[in-house]
Amino acid sequence: MGSLTKLQRYYLYYTGGFLSFVGMLAVLEKNGMSPRWIGYSFLFFTISMYAVIGIVSRTSDVSEYYVAGRRVPAFFNGMATGADWMSAASFIGLAGTLYLSGFQGLAYVIGWTGGFVLVALLLAPYLRRFGQYTVPDFLGARYGGNAIRLVAVGAAILASFVYVVAQIYGVGVITSRFVGLQFEIGVFVGLAGILVCSFLGGMRAVTWTQVAQYLILIVAYITPVAILSYNVTGNPVPQLVYGQVLQQVTQLENRLFQTPAELEVRQLYRERADLYAQKIMQLPHSLTFERELLSVQINQLKASDAQMKDIVALERQRRDLPHDSDEARARWENAMFSAVDRSKPPIHHGEAFPGETPEERDILRINFLALIFCLTIGTAALPHVLTRYYTTPTVRQARESVFWSLLFILLLYITAPAYAVFAKYEVLSHLADIPITKLPGWVAAWAKIGLVSIEDINKDGILQLAELSLNPDVIVLATPEIAGMPYVVSGLVAAGGLAAALSTADGLLLTITSALSHDVYYRIIRPDASTQFRLVISKSMLLVVAVLAATVAAQKPGTILSMVAWAFSIAGSAFFPALVLGIFWERATRAGALAGMLVGITLTIYYILRVEFDSIPMLGISGFNMDPWFHVQSTSGGLFGVFAGFLTIVIVSLLTRPDPRAASFLKTIRFRNVGEH
Amino acid sequence: MPKSNAYWRKTRRLTFSLISVWLVITFGLTWFARDVNEILILGFPFGFYMAAQGTLLIYLLIIWWYNRQMIRIDAEFGIDDD
Repeated sequence: MGSLTKLQRYYLYYTGGFLSFVGMLAVLEKNGMSPRWIGYSFLFFTISMYAVIGIVSRTSDVSEYYVAGRRVPAFFNGMATGADWMSAASFIGLAGTLYLSGFQGLAYVIGWTGGFVLVALLLAPYLRRFGQYTVPDFLGARYGGNAIRLVAVGAAILASFVYVVAQIYGVGVITSRFVGLQFEIGVFVGLAGILVCSFLGGMRAVTWTQVAQYLILIVAYITPVAILSYNVTGNPVPQLVYGQVLQQVTQLENRLFQTPAELEVRQLYRERADLYAQKIMQLPHSLTFERELLSVQINQLKASDAQMKDIVALERQRRDLPHDSDEARARWENAMFSAVDRSKPPIHHGEAFPGETPEERDILRINFLALIFCLTIGTAALPHVLTRYYTTPTVRQARESVFWSLLFILLLYITAPAYAVFAKYEVLSHLADIPITKLPGWVAAWAKIGLVSIEDINKDGILQLAELSLNPDVIVLATPEIAGMPYVVSGLVAAGGLAAALSTADGLLLTITSALSHDVYYRIIRPDASTQFRLVISKSMLLVVAVLAATVAAQKPGTILSMVAWAFSIAGSAFFPALVLGIFWERATRAGALAGMLVGITLTIYYILRVEFDSIPMLGISGFNMDPWFHVQSTSGGLFGVFAGFLTIVIVSLLTRPDPRAASFLKTIRFRNVGEH
Repeated sequence: MPKSNAYWRKTRRLTFSLISVWLVITFGLTWFARDVNEILILGFPFGFYMAAQGTLLIYLLIIWWYNRQMIRIDAEFGIDDD
């Protein structure tokens, strides 16, 4: 123990304490503790630990509040960055996405890790040597002027706010599923969990809490799949052995995909899709016709002496019909698309760019690379990650901490594809082609809350693959049950998901707060504000933004998860070109950077909106949907924004007069440390 | 001044050569994922393995190598940020 630092020893004790807590709950469960109370215990225990760390690290020092006093060693900053980076979506959603889309989903794995190479080589050392507080600070100092700082603040808030709402939403989902809290109450539990550490201690408290949260989330992520791997293969290291399981999956796929029953089911879904297409074409008559048909049936039943129950059922069916053509169109289109999806032959898990024709394969290939591009650039441009590299003591430690960050992040991303393959193995070997009454217990349990659904469309009493639909979240959440583990492991997973969501929310919230209080209030509005007052402003901003985010999350905005993907494109096109050219190209000027940032963000948002939507009722615009350029999906809209941003900065900079102060600024960040200690 | 210019030239050369490696691995190799999937490695199709693990480990190696070389360059020019 002598070779460990004091910090390492603290976290070792902490990890030991947490593991014995889990062990204790396991014993209590054997003696009859109910799942609900196990859920409560995890929730209460973890959040109070974060609160303790938050209170111990409270501070009234500006440098402590914004950048943890620049005293975070590389190793721990790496861990904190890991927790900061890995969100509820990485923890719960990624494995499910990989399950559903097979190889295509690996774009997320590559993109979310590859970005750290860019951070390490192009950004982190220079931001640390610059040594201020925020990303807008850096742009403001390099290019000069308040305009660029304001654009940067706007982009930082735009990218971070949606993201923080999604995290709080994630907390609501986790607490409502595992602890049985009402969703809205879960959201405010999340809010409390965030505020207990960020409010009193700012970055300092958030850093040390994030380290604690990383430890919980990684243990919670790896444990269930390691046990499952041991059950299936006899080897508890899933990352090493799932290649063999993948081979078995491929064999099962070859056997199951083309059986007569599967083909029949897919044909039935195709017919259903055609039926909906027909109904949509014949609107509004088809809706009137359907209503009349039901009325006739109801009257017939009423005339005969049918059971009241049947009549009520039909009446409910009539009441549930869409009210007008627009609603009918929306609802039937959804039903049609879902039927179309199920009618398609399933993809082979390991196949890269699966498509029937070379053109289809090329479209998938282009989108795979475009998504990787946007996620890497976005990773290297999201302000809440970059800010973490201000917190190390030295430039060298900033570089090292990117290495640790990536290592700690890798542990999760290398495990996620294993989750997907093991889940697929379970589904193909224990669900497909099995009588519906004999399915494993976890299917019914998760069907009850709507995450799994089964429809015996061909009425043969046997489950065909196309009849099963899984919500992506279920893969991580149900793995403990699939592996036959006690409830305490499910509770552990919930605690891990909670840690992932809270830690990311903390980091994002601080980024928004410091953009508002440091960049807007202190740097632009009142540069003479006292440090005391700056902190008061910071803390009140924090409270306002956190409550606002929780309120939005409590409305259950359905589109929030797809909007998070856009945050990468927006952040990437706003920041990456201006930051990289600002460091590596002396000739980049203020006008160039400003134009480039604006062009980048505008083009990205324009592309996303026009590809994704047809009308924006609020602005009175309609019919502006367009075909994507080069088949690139809206999630990868940043591809065009980033290139346009680079191009604009170069052209406008060359057209404007060189900035005489650029050389001296670059000297300080390239060669010498002038930052505050 | 010339000394610091030499320092920056070395840093830049290291940075851009590693970024090129990163580009080739990330976009070049991935482009051919379908073609190399016939090869098996540890039971995985090669394209799948690279996307799920191999590429990630190379990323880690790139950063490790960069840090190691930067320490050397810093020492060579007597740059001390601490």
